[in-house]
Amino acid sequence: MIMPCLSPDGKPTSSGVAVLKALRDGALSPTDVSKVASQPLFQVRSGLRELRIAGLVEEVDGNYKLSEQGKRLITDAR
Amino acid sequence: MTEDVQLEDVGLPVLGRKAPDFEALTTHGTLRLSDFEGAWLVLFSHPADFTPVCTTEFIAFSKIYDELKKRNTELLGLSVDSVSSHIAWMRNIEKKMRVKIPFPIIADLNKEVAKKYGMIHPEQSKTEAVRCVFVIDPEGKIRAMIYYPLTTGRNMNEILRLIDALQTTDKHKVATPANWKPGNPVVVPPPATAEQAEERLKEGYKCKDWYLCLKKL
Repeated sequence: MIMPCLSPDGKPTSSGVAVLKALRDGALSPTDVSKVASQPLFQVRSGLRELRIAGLVEEVDGNYKLSEQGKRLITDAR
Repeated sequence: MTEDVQLEDVGLPVLGRKAPDFEALTTHGTLRLSDFEGAWLVLFSHPADFTPVCTTEFIAFSKIYDELKKRNTELLGLSVDSVSSHIAWMRNIEKKMRVKIPFPIIADLNKEVAKKYGMIHPEQSKTEAVRCVFVIDPEGKIRAMIYYPLTTGRNMNEILRLIDALQTTDKHKVATPANWKPGNPVVVPPPATAEQAEERLKEGYKCKDWYLCLKKL
């Protein structure tokens, strides 16, 4: 499966990093992630789906937050 | 009999119904139709990458992209070519024609989406999509459809005008007359009863008769 937020070696692309960084301060809805990350909503929805499959974000009642793995990745990506 | 079979084979979508759902491989990753909920969507097909009319259309679509965004409208292309072909073509357009393609393009290799949307018309091509445009509203319903042949490039001004007309209808509960453009008078919904018809001519609209009245917004 092609994952635009993650390159084949598992590292987030720049759009993936932007989505992960948008979640740094806490859980957000896809709409809010779209505003913070300055990405179209359709792209954010697709990206969050893939990041969730990759274990980097978790969904809670329609909002998304960083998983522990996602938090570590953000720290490494700085 | 033969004509009926051909119509069934094409499987055209229907105005006012939910657009056929899909999950598809695109140049922006895997996208679902539901990813676009909340915004208007112009889903369009083209026959093939690296072909002349299609290239002029992609350039034209790119030039109205910002205008569509102002109208809360996303753009999504489709052909039966692969993602690699799409990427190569997009890069070729950017290099040779200095136009960056900003919207995703579905790579519908197995024609799954094309069949759902009636994009394959065998008399035009048994393998490639014709030039379709589907305007899908924020609730996922098909509001307008355009089908053009392989030979004829589409008009971007008409697509923008169509979006403006549909959004005006939704906002103001009016219809739009022939050749309407934003700023022109709109059609007042016709009277539904004999009593309303009698009163219509006294309501201050610009009327040709009780059933054809215009007003400025």
